[in-house]
Amino acid sequence: MTVTVWVPRDAGAVAVGAEATAQKLLAAARDAGTAIRLRRNGSRGLYWLEPLVEVECAAGRIAYGPVTERDVPGLIEHGLLSGGAHPLRLGVMENHPWLASQQRLTFLRVGRIDPLDLGDYLGHGGYRGLRRALAIGPAATVQQVIESGLRGRGGAAFPTGVKWQTVATQQAVPRFIACNADEGDSGTFSDRMLMEGDPFALIEGMTIAGVAVGASQGYIYLRAEYPHAYATLRAAIGAARTAGYLGSDVCGSGCGFDIELRLGAGAYICGEETSMLESIEGRRGEVRVRPPLPAHKGLFGAPTVVNNVITLATVPVILADGAAGYREFGEARSRGTLPLQLAGNVRRGGLVERAFGMTVRELLYEYGGGSASGRPIRAVQIGGPLGAYLPASRFDTPLEYEALAGIGAMLGHGGVVVFDDTVDMLTMARYALQFCAHESCGKCVPCRIGSVRGAEALEQVARGINRDGNLALVGELCDTMVHASLCGLGGMTPYPVLSAMQHFGEDFGRKNPGG
Amino acid sequence: MNRSDEQTPLGPTQRAEVLAIVGRHRQQPGPLLEILHDVQRSLGFVPAEAIPLIAAELNLSRAEVHGVVSFYHHFRATPPGRRILRLCRAEACQAMNGRALEAHVLQRLGIGFGETTPDRGITLEAVYCLGLCACAPAVMIDGEVHGRVTPQRLDELVEPAIGAVKS
Repeated sequence: MTVTVWVPRDAGAVAVGAEATAQKLLAAARDAGTAIRLRRNGSRGLYWLEPLVEVECAAGRIAYGPVTERDVPGLIEHGLLSGGAHPLRLGVMENHPWLASQQRLTFLRVGRIDPLDLGDYLGHGGYRGLRRALAIGPAATVQQVIESGLRGRGGAAFPTGVKWQTVATQQAVPRFIACNADEGDSGTFSDRMLMEGDPFALIEGMTIAGVAVGASQGYIYLRAEYPHAYATLRAAIGAARTAGYLGSDVCGSGCGFDIELRLGAGAYICGEETSMLESIEGRRGEVRVRPPLPAHKGLFGAPTVVNNVITLATVPVILADGAAGYREFGEARSRGTLPLQLAGNVRRGGLVERAFGMTVRELLYEYGGGSASGRPIRAVQIGGPLGAYLPASRFDTPLEYEALAGIGAMLGHGGVVVFDDTVDMLTMARYALQFCAHESCGKCVPCRIGSVRGAEALEQVARGINRDGNLALVGELCDTMVHASLCGLGGMTPYPVLSAMQHFGEDFGRKNPGG
Repeated sequence: MNRSDEQTPLGPTQRAEVLAIVGRHRQQPGPLLEILHDVQRSLGFVPAEAIPLIAAELNLSRAEVHGVVSFYHHFRATPPGRRILRLCRAEACQAMNGRALEAHVLQRLGIGFGETTPDRGITLEAVYCLGLCACAPAVMIDGEVHGRVTPQRLDELVEPAIGAVKS
């Protein structure tokens, strides 16, 4: 009898040895005289357990982890291929408390299916959303997205349905769908996990968007740092085309829609939507002055829907199960679920998809289990390199757009980076400004010059030179950057800088910390 | 990052290769980045002498093409070493001793970011996030990713590339 064994092909799993584990499993099973069928899935997002091996048994998929290459022979001896007992045995993953307490809608299939098997995708509810969209028509589809309350998951949190409606009501043709897959924020990897673990969900979401707003061409702008996602997406787009889910006649509907995959080139600023459009057009990724909005004049001057990967991959869920069902998750103006990414110095890092409203503390301790080093958690940065640093006194804040805005922070793309008490916040504030200087497109002065001068001033503070004067200068520079920058890079770099100064004043040589 | 002070003459094969790449992408809307990616994949870098060639073929000015090449950190103007080590310098990796790993690499290789060892064994490049933040700190070597990297593990990974000069 052939035993089916799953080993993730997700880059995060591969980075900690999944490929070697998979090869060793094949060799060891052959030596043991058992035929195995090796299948590759995405990651379930419990990275401290990667490489996570699952064996199909009568009781379900029995998981073991973390399984290194060296563990394989011993595991086979202990009956891994029949779900045998072993200290690394985790049982059926769906019952694992870390997963069972989550509400996975967007990530429902990630880690469970073979990302490149279209049959697997269809068997797990794939393309139900597109079929419904084609049945109810463009206007009703846009209405569903509006009613779901879905807001852009890239960070700006703009209502997705409203954006779609704006594009749908333009006179101009052609129109485009541009997927922002330039996931550059440190501490975020949900786009990568989704593209590597369930690429057809993104393709389906983009197709629904195309049908809804009357666009027949989509672009995915993927960062060059994601070669695994690139290979998976390329293969998935090809498979969708062959099966008639992309092309001149999508599912026999008469609607045409196709997708071109474009590669970024290591510029953080290209995650800003207008800069991304410039880059797709083959130019320097300098931000455009708005108006006009991309919805009016976007890619190649045409009306364009620009949405993040997670936003688009959530659309099939909304269409398949209805806007009302999605709306029931979440609270206030943050509806649905948010895939949070827990990273940095944390014991149990990974992907936590839950309805909006969980507190920072719950995420850090109930899911994260505290710091990886075992030392106290001193700070977290939420929302990437442009997000605020929060001290422990703010950990009871709910992870929800308006609540975070209320304490001068932001949710961004949902990345949470944990630091223990060895972190020096002056170093982190200076790094934020240095990063801004490194990545600034140079078009506006506050960002281009302010970041350089700010980093210099903090360097002086670190050396104990004219501390008060230099900190006052940093405050003034930040004020200018917030109010006069053309885009979020210059406009939001002050968040990590000022929050570090406010909450961790002792690291800046101040006697009375404000935190 | 990009250094354009070294002029590397294009041989006839390289020239033909660049022209073939431009030919493949010419019909695409906004093809320049795609062309530059293919040139770098094929030649290992974007030679300064390829710039006027691409510019003429696309009816752009040399300044426009140079401006694009120099804007993006990914494109390099000089040939890389036999292996390319990309080290993540972003926050999540810093939270997991990434700065110590960085100091170790710089000392071990004796070069800075954007530089190549004298024997051309290895080029060191900085990246800002590989999306492996839950397995930090992370590096990429020739497209292969590695997470939870300690200084010892890094030595094992780069040893084959630098062993010849250091041992």
